[in-house]
Amino acid sequence: MSEPLILGIESSCDETGVGIVRGNQLLANEVASSVEEHVRFGGVVPEVASRAHLEAIVPTIERALKTADVDLGQLDAIAVTAGPGLMGALVVGIAAAKALALATGKPLYGVNHLAGHVAVDLLEHGPLPQPAVALLVSGGHTSLLRVDDVATKIIEIGATIDDAAGEAYDKVARLLGLSYPGGPVIDRIANGDGDPQAAGDPTAIRFPRGLTAQKDLVKHRFDFSFSGLKTAVARWVELRQRDGLDIPLADVAASFQEAVCDVLSAKAIDACQSLGAEDLLIGGGVAANGRLRVLLAERAEERGIRLRRPRPGLCTDNGAMIAVLGAQMVSRGLPPSALDFAADSTLPVSRPLV
Amino acid sequence: MGRLPVADRLTLGVDTSTQVQVGLSDGKQVLASRTYDDPKRHVEQLAPLLSTMITEIGLDVTAVTGIVVGVGPGPYTGLRVGIATARVLGSVLGVRVRGVCSLDVLAVQWQRGERPDGDFLIATDARRREVYWARYGADGVRVDGPSVGRPDQLPALPVAGPAGLVHPELASADRTRLDGPTRLDGGVLALAGPELPDAGIEPLYLRSPDAAPPGPRKSVLAHPRALR
Ligand SMILES: [Zn+2]
Repeated sequence: MSEPLILGIESSCDETGVGIVRGNQLLANEVASSVEEHVRFGGVVPEVASRAHLEAIVPTIERALKTADVDLGQLDAIAVTAGPGLMGALVVGIAAAKALALATGKPLYGVNHLAGHVAVDLLEHGPLPQPAVALLVSGGHTSLLRVDDVATKIIEIGATIDDAAGEAYDKVARLLGLSYPGGPVIDRIANGDGDPQAAGDPTAIRFPRGLTAQKDLVKHRFDFSFSGLKTAVARWVELRQRDGLDIPLADVAASFQEAVCDVLSAKAIDACQSLGAEDLLIGGGVAANGRLRVLLAERAEERGIRLRRPRPGLCTDNGAMIAVLGAQMVSRGLPPSALDFAADSTLPVSRPLV
Repeated sequence: MGRLPVADRLTLGVDTSTQVQVGLSDGKQVLASRTYDDPKRHVEQLAPLLSTMITEIGLDVTAVTGIVVGVGPGPYTGLRVGIATARVLGSVLGVRVRGVCSLDVLAVQWQRGERPDGDFLIATDARRREVYWARYGADGVRVDGPSVGRPDQLPALPVAGPAGLVHPELASADRTRLDGPTRLDGGVLALAGPELPDAGIEPLYLRSPDAAPPGPRKSVLAHPRALR
């Protein structure tokens, strides 16, 4: 039997994504983003995102079918993000997926968005040796996962206890007077904004590394905290201003970024070693961050750990990640979801399929 | 499997502006009308309700020749479920999707029953202690609205619609009794929808998203926890 042909729909945050895969082969990955509409608010506004999903969903589905040169009738199944995510956003994708299933008679799989971030790597690097560790970092999530089976068994071993890493980037960007989203902007400023001579010194300011003190490691070995870091940056900047000193933007950006990436990579590597995992997969929008990639690559290599990173277009939210996860469910013969499944804004990663 | 009955015209009605309401019509009569009574479970229940309704009357979804969808006004998350569903079905089945004001459907229902003598109102719950409402002439034509506002600011006219159930003040002394429909009928939507004013297939968003650009930053020196 040939590999299953699956259409996947993603609408959990501010990207409307529709992807089509055949097994681990990518045929289409169409994304409509509403990020521009959120810029003036300095963060994703759920109602604005939901309205944009409704506008984008049908054209994005039609584009994906055209790109993949596939007829709905040829599909083996449809997959859609059931959660976690923004409620108003999720329901648009789910309603669309259910309507597709109703109109075509195809089975429908409601799947976990976080598991999708892990599964998407199959499109680029093939089967994932298990157990593996996955580090997911974006504006919405910061989690360390133990992956025993990409379609059926993923366990969260750590998560942020306050802000997501991407959220910390957004907030620090705002207090430095930089634009939203903060991740790419801070990375760029830290690297000198196009002039390597002007790159910031990541050791210029020693910002705190959350949950890395000996006492914190007892309870929160694999957890993250970025709220204190953000406050420390705000404090440092305000003190300089109060004393009439200039703000060395590149140094602040580089030092802040170093603090985030240092903690993320140290805990991810520690997780691999403690679980005996030889593969570390990264996903989510922040996985595209240059400094995080370099630091992870260095530290992984020192310990003989293979680093797997999907290309940036697959790290951010997209429909292909949902399609490839759906393909895994179908290949394993798992039963489709009942047509009355709900959107679950807090769906735990331990439930890959609803 | 036997042959499915063939109707040369089969209109599907979908409305999620209040609860989940669906119906079918052949253009001459209502063939089916189904409700799922829960103002919070649209995304769960709409597709199963459509599926059972269509199979129960022995048809296949591919027999649908047109879709009418209620575009509200109504609470947005639920409202979008019906509109997204209708748009996708329309795209896949290759049939036209017509949007109508959901309040107009209730007005038709009232006209078909014990019709009010003069002008009347239709009101549905808008949450936040407000109602969505519109005013109709004795002939059933909408003359004002749809709007959103406080129940006590509505004109003193007979009023029907589900808002009466949540806002008892709508039945105050200066109004006639609430004897009109309290629930939208998906079958009437499917039957009358093609003749109702075209409202487009955008949701009738009567409120702007709750969002404001960030204000000035608070100092973290005086209040070290201010940014948390
Ligand atoms: Zn994501």
